[in-house]
Order: sequence, then C-alpha cells, then structure tokens
Amino acid sequence: MMLRLEPRGERAALWVYGAPALALVCTVLITGAIFAILGAPPVKAIETFLLSPLDTLAGVASVLVRSAPLILIGIGLALCYRASVWNIGADGQFTVGAITGGGIALNFPHAPFALLYPAVLVAGIAGGMAYAAIVALLKLRFNASEILTSLMLTYIAQLLLVWLVTGPWRDPHGFGFPQSAMFPDAATTPDVFPGTGIHLGCLLAPLLALLVWLLMTRSTLGFQLRVLGAAPRAARYGGFSQARLTWIALLVSGGLSGLAGIIEVTGPIGQLTTSITPGYGFTAVIVAFLGRLHPVGVIFAGLLLALSYRGGDAAQISLGMPNAVTGIFQGILLFCLLGADVLILYRVRLRRRARLAPVAATERAS
Amino acid sequence: MAGDREVAFEAEAPAGREPGTGPLLSLAGIVKQFPGCRANDGIDLEIAEHEIHALLGENGAGKSTLVKILYGVLRADEGEIRWRGRPVAFSSPAAARERGIGMVFQHFSLFDSLTVAENIALGLDQPESRRGLGNRIAEISARYGLPLDPHRVVHDLSVGERQRIEIMRCLLQNPKLLIMDEPTSVLTPQEVERLFATLRRLAAEGCAILYISHKLEEVRALCSRATILRLGRVVGRCAPAEKSARELAEMMINARLQPQNFAHRAAREQPARLEIAGLSQRSAHTFGTTLTDISLRVAGGEIVGIAGIAGNGQAELMETLTGEQLSPQAETIRLDGAAVGRLGPRERRRRGGAFLPEERNGHGAVGTMSLAENAYLSGAVRKGLQRLGFVDRGRTREFALEIIAGFDVRTTGPDAEARALSGGNLQKFLVGREVLQNPGILVLNQPTWGVDAGAAAAIYTAIAALARAGAAVLVISQDLDEILMLCDRIAVLAAGRLSAPMPVGEATIEHIGLLMGGSAAPSPARDAQAAQGGTAR
Amino acid sequence: MSVAGGGILVSIVSASTPLLLAASGELVAEKSGVLNLGVEGMMLIGAIAGFATAHVTASAPLGVLAAAAAGAAISMIFAVLTLALLTNQIATGLALTIFGHGFAALLGARFVGIAAPTLQRLPLPLLADIPYLGPVLFDQTALGYASFAILGAIAWFLARTHAGLTLRAVGDNHDAAHAIGHPVRAIRYGAIGFGGAMAGMGGAYLSLFYSPLWSQDLTAGRGWIALALVVFSAWRPLWLLVGAYLFGGITFLSLYLQGFGVAIPSPFISMLPYVGTVAVLVLISRDRRRIRLNQPACLGQPFHAAA
Repeated sequence: MMLRLEPRGERAALWVYGAPALALVCTVLITGAIFAILGAPPVKAIETFLLSPLDTLAGVASVLVRSAPLILIGIGLALCYRASVWNIGADGQFTVGAITGGGIALNFPHAPFALLYPAVLVAGIAGGMAYAAIVALLKLRFNASEILTSLMLTYIAQLLLVWLVTGPWRDPHGFGFPQSAMFPDAATTPDVFPGTGIHLGCLLAPLLALLVWLLMTRSTLGFQLRVLGAAPRAARYGGFSQARLTWIALLVSGGLSGLAGIIEVTGPIGQLTTSITPGYGFTAVIVAFLGRLHPVGVIFAGLLLALSYRGGDAAQISLGMPNAVTGIFQGILLFCLLGADVLILYRVRLRRRARLAPVAATERAS
Repeated sequence: MAGDREVAFEAEAPAGREPGTGPLLSLAGIVKQFPGCRANDGIDLEIAEHEIHALLGENGAGKSTLVKILYGVLRADEGEIRWRGRPVAFSSPAAARERGIGMVFQHFSLFDSLTVAENIALGLDQPESRRGLGNRIAEISARYGLPLDPHRVVHDLSVGERQRIEIMRCLLQNPKLLIMDEPTSVLTPQEVERLFATLRRLAAEGCAILYISHKLEEVRALCSRATILRLGRVVGRCAPAEKSARELAEMMINARLQPQNFAHRAAREQPARLEIAGLSQRSAHTFGTTLTDISLRVAGGEIVGIAGIAGNGQAELMETLTGEQLSPQAETIRLDGAAVGRLGPRERRRRGGAFLPEERNGHGAVGTMSLAENAYLSGAVRKGLQRLGFVDRGRTREFALEIIAGFDVRTTGPDAEARALSGGNLQKFLVGREVLQNPGILVLNQPTWGVDAGAAAAIYTAIAALARAGAAVLVISQDLDEILMLCDRIAVLAAGRLSAPMPVGEATIEHIGLLMGGSAAPSPARDAQAAQGGTAR
Repeated sequence: MSVAGGGILVSIVSASTPLLLAASGELVAEKSGVLNLGVEGMMLIGAIAGFATAHVTASAPLGVLAAAAAGAAISMIFAVLTLALLTNQIATGLALTIFGHGFAALLGARFVGIAAPTLQRLPLPLLADIPYLGPVLFDQTALGYASFAILGAIAWFLARTHAGLTLRAVGDNHDAAHAIGHPVRAIRYGAIGFGGAMAGMGGAYLSLFYSPLWSQDLTAGRGWIALALVVFSAWRPLWLLVGAYLFGGITFLSLYLQGFGVAIPSPFISMLPYVGTVAVLVLISRDRRRIRLNQPACLGQPFHAAA
C-alpha cells in the first residue's frame, strides 16, 4: 500500500486550520501510546499531562507565565521563517538579552523604577538584537549559514552566562551558588494581578503578537518579507533588498527574544542563574510552526506548549515519569504538524494498483 | 466507443507504410485524467518501422502526456499499448527502454555538475565499464555526426551539445523507437539541419522516430506521417508533405487563422526611450553568460525583438534591464534619457519602466500569493498602491480587478492564488499588470512561453496597442516566429553579444540563424571598427 | 594526561572520531540532496541505545550495533516525513533533534550514574609500536578503525561506483534522475538511513568510549558541528578527515588548557569548539562560488514526482 499525493492546485482553507487540530489529536494518541509502553495508564497520564495543570487557578496562571517567553520568541521566529531566514538560535538571543538587561539591573541597584525598568528592558532588547546582528552580518557579509551560526552562538551565550554567574557577577552572599544577586525591586517586572505571578510580559506578548500581525499583513514591509520567503527571485524583481529584509527579520526576532529573556529573569526568576531557559528558544520553533507562522496563531500555540511544560512537571510529580516527556511531546507535535500540513496542498490517496488497467483493456479487446 | 472515434477522425489514409508489415507500436484508446483536465481522451496511434511520425499539437493538446505514458513515466487510466502486436504495459522508463524505446525530452535530464560520460552512464540501465563505454561513445559519435567530448562537465556545454548527450544516451541502447519531444526549440537553424540528418540516417537504418512538435515547417520537411492532437483527442492524420503549413495549423487549432496584422510602425525617427550603451557585465550566476558590449536604442512607438537561443545571456540582460542586477555604470542604461544603470527596480519603474521576466511562478509572480498581492508586487510604485508604509488594500484590489476585466483573465477573483491559474491566464494577468501601468518602456522576456494560442493573441494585441500609443517595447524571445510577426526590428543575442539590429522586413532566416550560432559575418559597425583598428596598426 | 607528542595526537584522534562518524553519514545524505538537521538528535539516540544495550548485554560491540540500528530507525521518521509527506527539511530536522533530545533523556533516565562496558582499544600488532604514528593510527577501538574504513569506502563509493554516481546525480538534479528512471526516493531513504546509522555510531563512541557514562547533554552540540564539517569539507569525503582533526585539535586544546590551569576562565575555553565552528564556517562560506560549485544543487529541496 503506497500513499500518493495529488496536488490540489490551491491551498485547502479547511486544512490550514484543520491540520494543527489533526496534529494535536495524533500527538495525543502517540504520546498516550508511549505512556502505555512506559507502564503508565495512558488516559490518566494524558489527563495529568494536558488537563491537570488547568485544574487550579494557580496552574492556569503558571501556564500563562510560561507562555509569555514562548509567544514573544515565537512571533519573532514566525516573522523570520516567513521570510525564509532560519534563525534557530533564539535561545542564545534570549540569554544575551537576559545578560545585557540583567547587567544594567545589577549595576544600578538604587535607580528609581521609572528609569531603571525601561532601561533594563531596552538593554535586553538591544542585547538580543546585537546577538542576532552577528548572525545577520555573518550571513550577508560572509554567506555563512544562519542555521549553524545562530546555533553555535547559542552554546557560546550559555557559556558566557555561566562565566558571569560563576565569576564577576556571582552573588557574594549566595553561598557560592552559581547565581547573581537578586535584582532590585526597581528592576522587577511588575505583576498585573498581584499574587498570581501573572506579570506584565503575559500582557505584552499577545499585544506584540497583534502588532506583528498588523505589520505582516498590512504593511509594505510585511509584504516584502512574505514575498522574500515565498519567492526570493520575485522579491528581487519587486525591488526589495534581500539584505535589508534579512537584517530586519533577524533584528526583530533577536529583539523579541532578548525581550523575552530580560522579562523572564526580571520576572519569574528574579536573578541570573545558569539555567534561565529550559530551551524556550527551541520550543518556540515549534510554537511558530504550530501557530502557522502567524502571530495570532502563535498565541494559541504558545499557550499549548506552555501547558506541555507544566504537564511534564505534573507527570513527574504525580506519575513519577521523567519530565523529558515534555520534549517528546513537543517533538512529536512538530512531526505530526509538519506531516499534517501536507493536506493543505495535496490530496492523499492510497495508490491503486494501476497495472490492472491495461490488463482489463486487453481483456475487453480480445 | 474508441472504435467509433477512430473512424470519425481517420481523415487520411495512412501513407508511407509498406503493406504487410504490422506496426511497430500501436496505441488504442489511451485515456489519462488529471485533476480538472482530461489530458488524453481516447487516443489511437500507430507507428511503423523506418517511419518518422509527427505528433503535432498546440501546448496543452496532450502530446507530452501521451509520450510520457508511452515511455513509462506516467500510466494510462485506460487503453492499450501494443509493441510488435503484443499488449505491453510499461511500468517505468527502464521497462520502456528494455523494449527498445528511447526518449529525448524537451527539458533535458542532465546533471550539470557531472561529466558527459557520467551523464551518459547514468542513462544506461546496465552499468558498463568506463573504457567500453568510451569506445562506444566514440563509435556512435563518428557514425551519426554527434561530436562530444566525454570528459567535459555539462554546465560548460551549449544547448546543442547537451541535446547530443541525450541522443547519445538513447542510441547506446540500440532503440527501435526514438521519441523526440520538441527537439528543435533550442537549436539554431543550422543545428536543426544537422539533427535532421542524424534522424534521417537513423530512420533509414530501421529506427522509428516519433517527432513531437508544433513547428509546422519542420514537420513538413522531416516527417512521413503526422497525427494531430487537440485537447487530448486525435483530430486528424495526414502525410504532412502533402499539406500546407496553413492547413496543418488549422487542424491543430481548429479555427481559421486570422492573418495577424500588427502593422509595422515606422517610428525610428522618434527619440530613443530605452537606450543601452556599451553594457558589459559578468553574470551573477555560477554558470551564467557574460554580457559584452551591448548597445541598443528603442524608440517610442517601436517594438524591437531580441532573438537567440536560451542561455546566451537573455536572463542576464533581462536582470540588468529590470534592475535586479545593477550594471557597473549608470550611463549604460537610460530610460527616457535618465541614466538608471545603478538604480533598483522600483526607481526604474518610477521613471517609466515596466518589466516582465520569463519565469512566471516565483519570479514575475508569487504562486502562493493572491492575484491582488501579485498586482501589488510590481504595480505598487506606478499605481500608487502604498500609503504611509501600508498596503492600500482597496486600490490594490481595484487594480487587480481592472487587470482581470481588461485582459479577460479566467479566475474566481482577485483573492485567487496565482498558481491556481492556468499558464495562459496567469501570463495574461501579468502582461496586463505591466501594460495597465501605462509604462513608457516595456521589456518582456518570452512573453508567450507555454501559453495557448488564444492568450498569445491577446498578449500580442496588448503589446502592439501599447507601442502604438507611444511606448518603447523590447521583446526578448526564443520564438523566432513571434519576433518576426510582432516586431519592427530584430537583433540577435549570441554568447552574450548583441548583433546590430535590422528591420524585420530585411532579415532572412539564414542570416538570423547564422547570427544565433554566433558565426555570422561581422556587422557593418564591427567592420568599421576593425578597419579603424587596421589603420591604427 | 600525557603531553608527549603521540599522546596529544591520540587525544585529537579520539575527539575527532565521533565527529567523523556523524559527518560521514551526513555527507552521504547531503550528497543525495537531503539536508538532515537532526544529526544531534540521532547521535543522542545512538548514544543512549548503545549505552543501554551495552549495559544490558554486557557487550560494548553489541551496543555499537544497537546504536547504528537506533540511529537508522529514528532517521526514518525524518525520511518518511520529508520524502513521503514533503515536509520542510529544515523544520523536520529540527523536530528530529528536539524529539531525539527528549526521547534519549526519557530512555536514559534509568541509566544516569551507572556504568556500562566500554569499547576496548585494539592495538594492531607491530604497527602500534611504531613511534608516534603507531599509537595515533594503530591503537584505536574497532569503531575508530571503522571510521577510517567507512570514510575510505564512502570516498570510493561516491567517486568510483555506478551506485555512487547515481546518488550524486539524485542530489544534483532529482527531476532529471527521476525522468531517466532512477528511484529518487528509495535512494534518499537509503542515504538518510545510512546517515542515521553513522550518527548513531558517533553517539555510541561518545557513550561507550569517549566519556563512558550517560548524561542528557552528552553530545554538547557535536551533531551541529558535524553539520558544519560537511560544509567545511565542501562535500568532499577526504576533507572531512581534515576538518574532523581540526576540531579534534580544538577540543583537545580546550581540555589541555583546562588541565593545566591556564588563567582563562573555563567557560571561555569550553567555547572554543563553537567559536572555531563559526570561524571555519565564515572562512569557508566566504567563497560563494566554491560553495555553489560543490553543493549538491537539490540540497534541501522537496521532491515531488509529477504524477
């Protein structure tokens, strides 16, 4: 039995939205099967993984908090990938944003909030941008693959952070732990609903998503980025500079990743440590694709994947499963999503035994 | 049913076939359905040994589909193939080759980064030793007049040489039937003669040849029988030598040909609107052609054609004219007197230019975007479709609707994706997009490539009307007939050099052919230069 | 750590072997026109499969076989998605790395902190006694020898055999190859599977010899460096050897510097391989023409046989 793909000629509107749903269903089934193999009752495990985090208000709040960095990074990546700029080093830009913003926060502990907090945010954004700018420079000036350079820079950023929190920025009162001092209150991301942990970033992320959506769909810049991604030669024909657009895509996504980084360390974490990201930059790749490379889709995708982090924690606590389950769920989700996308452009048919046709014709003739 | 049809369409008695010999190959009732299109609708065809059989039809008539079925690339939904009287089913090209069928595709199946010998080896089903293969290549080269250096890398070869590799591949299999799909569309007239000599020699030795073409004169000169297809059906059979090209054409397109009359405009007194002066430029592409000292003036009201075989610098010239590739000096290209050589596409459009490249999907248009967005792609500047950094969606939509209505584009509306349109419809849309910007200078590359006759006629009419209204039009085309019919003057691009333009009325096919091959006598201008050089020395 | 000349070279060769294994496999896949960014994930899967098998069966060689099988098996997810369902190769490769990371961590949760049998050095009689050269070249593990042999075999296969020619042709122009009747997809399944098996063995070399314990981040980006090596080699097998030793040298240098307490903070020393990769990529990629001439023309492009 073979699958055969027939081009539809046009994209099927149904599957543009149906594919993520189908992918989610498949992912749940496959993950359930893996749970079963690991000896956990699959239905209970899935429930623990995907639903139990939403049982309590605190759970919902923590999903929201987790979703903020994913959405912020995800909208930047969606913009990049629309333009076929393959930035996969968002984790590094996130880290550098946290470092540059955190540096300001640690060095001006007595500045007032109105001055310090905006400066910290701007420094975080600038750090992420600058780090992404290295990728842009290497790609445009030296033709080096942005996939590989952005990834290598992620390892470098992580090591840089390790050096800072074990060396110059280590908290002298921190009992030798590899972490900085806590940030001053004036450099702390404020909570929107006090006591819940839902901070300013959770509000900012969807707002920025809407802004980027407007940019991508309505502005000439967004149009140019989309043309570049869909057909680079058409972009040149249109007179759109590939170099300029690549710079913009990388700077925007680097800036958003940097913003995510600085919000994360000035919000939920409160200081610099060696583990400020559980791979948000990579999970955001999935967020971007699951959200159809569409800023609004990214909001929903970010919430779902934030849930998978919480679900991993829940599965670890109540079922004793390793929290690597989260990574598996995310990987399978991306596999299923990419696979389901084929339905948008193609009809899938089972291959008929075409050899029968001529034989039948022969019989008729004789 | 298939039988009825055959009787109905068997217009002519088969000629040129010896009685008593059964056909080498016969097809009966071949049907192939594609989504939304019945490409082959009950086709019958017979080919005998020694015969050069033409399969004649327009683009989209189903010729390519039929031969792909015959060669095992596609499978028929219905129908029967008999080889020497026995029913066969070719499940793959290899199976077809095993029976002795060879095919030279219109788009060569060659590997640019590999050598001639490697390319040939890849086309063989039984791996051969390198030395043995080398000897056989040399032998066939000599016998059929197909000179080839086995050690050269394909990307350095001319189109004619590339075709020889394809033919060589087939001949090494000792074919009984050789299928040639539009073999001359990329050859100079001289190379065509040479190919015909090879084919005649093969036929004389007993190999049958199925020759697919829409070029009527060639078919009349070469083929003993012809089967004519239209819209997936056989609409006639004849001995082409006994018919006039006009009669064949009428069978092919089923409409009395209106003699196209694009009255030639004598507009050379007008000032030049497009000027190319001493343009020399290295190609930006790895295997591209360097442009050398190209000069040309196109006056308002005039249509100038640039003929030439693909790969002689057309793509490079087009990119330099659109501004996708900047030329080294600003003065080498002028639009209405303004030096624009260093300006990008948008600036050139602002100064009156409009351009349409050869490739529709992915260059002139974005297949995955809507028609409205594609209208915006090149129309934004001249039609004022942007406002404060935002796309004016209302006006963009109006512009798209205007194109659709003005150029009879068959589509569901401005929101349809470009790739959902047929080739002809999309090309009408794109030509309309450029023409309706009312440019002073219009440059088109292959304006009717892969377009049906109806759409081509509409495109020609629009181009001619624009010229009549005073625009300068430059048409780069590999279709010589198109240039001869549409243009006032013609120049030939060969190996990156442009010949001196001449009035179409004074041009002979032979002369153009020699120019296309890059071996014509130097133009008068060059003579003068040479003479000067001589005196200086 | 011995600082004698031979000792340094031995360390360099050891550090380069996993890169060489993984990069050789990726080179074959890329030659067929497939860009598989999942090398890191496949190495991790190979590492844990090898380690677990060696632990359970008490046989390191069986572990290597299991690693190859696991790498090939996991690569088939990528193959089916990109070849049958025409998914974007970049995104699918990333998904493979993310999935491999998680899956290896899940499988490996029970193996953290325990030991497994390791691969043994097999000095070749006499040859291993040659001063300097002997310990470097002729005192390897079986997998180390195999890495040389396989690389040589790949070079021969690609340059000299009809099958190798066909594979290169598929990477150069898949439409033409299909039109002539070569089974494009079958060839790519094979190339991807081979790449997976090689990456798996590269992972096993790490978990069974180089740092013979299981940890979640065992590969530390080596899969990505292997990808960069393929670019560095400009898709020529023997240049992989040069590239792998270069990186082996860098890795060794960082170990050496740390071992001798040079006054550079250790995170900076650990950055060396990554900085080196970026530097090498920049140097190599600068020559656009050379890259374009050597890169398989269909690299990363989806192939859909016109129905």
